[in-house]
Amino acid sequence: MNKPNLTVEKKPIMFRVDRTKRETPDHVTLFFNGTIQFRPGQFVMVWMPGVDEKPYTISYHGPKTFGITVEAKGRFSRKAAAMKPGDLLGIRGPFGNGFDTGTGERVCVVAGGCGTAPVAPLIDMLGKDITLIQGARSRDLLLFKERYPSLNGHYCTDDGTFGHKGFVTELLEQAISTNTFDMVYACGPEIMMKRVFDICEKQKIPCQVSLERYMRCGFGACGACVCGAERVCIDGPVFNSEKLRQMENFNQKALLKSGAEVPLSTYASWRCGENISTTN
Amino acid sequence: MQVNFLGKNLISPTVLASGILGNNFDILQRVHASGCGLVTMKSIGPTPRDGHNNPTVIDLGHGMINAVGLPSPGYLHMEKEWADLNNRDFPIVASIYGASVDEFQQVADYVSDKKPDFIELNISCPNSEKHGMLFGTSPTASFDVVNAVKKVVKTTPLIAKLTPQALDIGEIAKACEDGGADAICAINTLGPGMLIDIESRTPILDFKKGGLSGPMIRPVAVRCVYDIFKATRLPIIGLGGITTGADAIEMIMAGATLAGVGSAVTYRGISVFKKITREMDQWLKDHGCTLEDIRGAAH
Repeated sequence: MNKPNLTVEKKPIMFRVDRTKRETPDHVTLFFNGTIQFRPGQFVMVWMPGVDEKPYTISYHGPKTFGITVEAKGRFSRKAAAMKPGDLLGIRGPFGNGFDTGTGERVCVVAGGCGTAPVAPLIDMLGKDITLIQGARSRDLLLFKERYPSLNGHYCTDDGTFGHKGFVTELLEQAISTNTFDMVYACGPEIMMKRVFDICEKQKIPCQVSLERYMRCGFGACGACVCGAERVCIDGPVFNSEKLRQMENFNQKALLKSGAEVPLSTYASWRCGENISTTN
Repeated sequence: MQVNFLGKNLISPTVLASGILGNNFDILQRVHASGCGLVTMKSIGPTPRDGHNNPTVIDLGHGMINAVGLPSPGYLHMEKEWADLNNRDFPIVASIYGASVDEFQQVADYVSDKKPDFIELNISCPNSEKHGMLFGTSPTASFDVVNAVKKVVKTTPLIAKLTPQALDIGEIAKACEDGGADAICAINTLGPGMLIDIESRTPILDFKKGGLSGPMIRPVAVRCVYDIFKATRLPIIGLGGITTGADAIEMIMAGATLAGVGSAVTYRGISVFKKITREMDQWLKDHGCTLEDIRGAAH
């Protein structure tokens, strides 16, 4: 009988913040000295001792350094955004499947708001003929706007202060009308990803999106993050078109901390730091 | 490998442990489709409860430590689950918890109307201040909970889930049998234990302490099942660290009828149920015997 390998301890590994970078008024990147083996789209559980532990994707990855980018909106992320060099954080992971990158030459990456952070290492890795479509509420909130000067970038803002005034989905439809894509990657608000998926289905273009749910273990044991029969932490967080077609709860339902299944809008309000009881 | 358990035919002697995956009906169905004979819902409480903040679960490689803390929507807020349960084509255990005999009775009364195949009484969770383990370490309290619940559920078979922290787990099992339990499930997590991060000088789990599970606790589980088999005539779901078919066979030899699986989902994936069943089947074939032949064989 096969004996599974039971030697890999996955306690948080402690890192001190090496430096911080204010990316936008809402976003701060924390850099750490060290390396982490990961695939773009995988995530780590970030532990702030005595506070909480939350999933984040790696947003920067160099030979001797890596970074996570936080959007200051809740109790944890506001504390994280205020961290100083020398402060301690624990990192557990990486977890999840990550993006499938063996998917053809011509790709389009669609990023909304802080959904730009998970796709940044994907763009770094693909480094080829990429069309980037990025949206934010306003010009100064466009994350990593200066990071990819050589990319074919299309931008939009809700208020029209930069690029197209409107949605990334409108830019995607435009881009599809003049380009051929082998794959569309998307990360952002779930309603945005659902619209991207719908457009891709209509145009018969495969896509991959990265979902977010409240997580506990991160490795597929506790079931806190289930979306239907899929565990977002280990079967995802990246789901392809084939999976998305089967996922009735995509853009519909999510579980609160108590395990209660609620409409995604209720879940989103709770996650955005609204002081509502998660058990109602 | 068909097995009969309290009159129900199961497709495998494997059981999904409570607290692993069982957050909604879809995932329970997936676990069943992965070869699990009997699936257990996450413990259901009397009122909505968030459980603890993260970190709640840490994988130590040779097992896990967790203090998830009994999150539950509360039995009154699970309409979708109860509706889904009606359309199932596989057996299911509803695990319940309470902070008092009255609460256990109240939850059990409601849940039994939803017709799960079995109700498991979680009188053994170490991760909450008021629930669980306080009952499971006292023979009289265990008797009282089981007895009170038995009066309200009438026909739904009751499984008492026990804690290895009991001084004499055989005595607790006997008390549960006297109270009207139909089966015993053992063991819940061991401990509680604690991990301290030495850089931040902080306990890693937010609740500070948590229950141990997985391969590192298997010898304790085997001993508990051995003791329970000696003390009662009830069928036993033996669990605690079972990862392979050999582990499951060992548990059957200690006296278990079924082999529960929890943490092993982490080490071998959801298909662990199929794998363990196949490995058990192979072992039995190789040794020319049946599960009945080896049940309690170590006694």
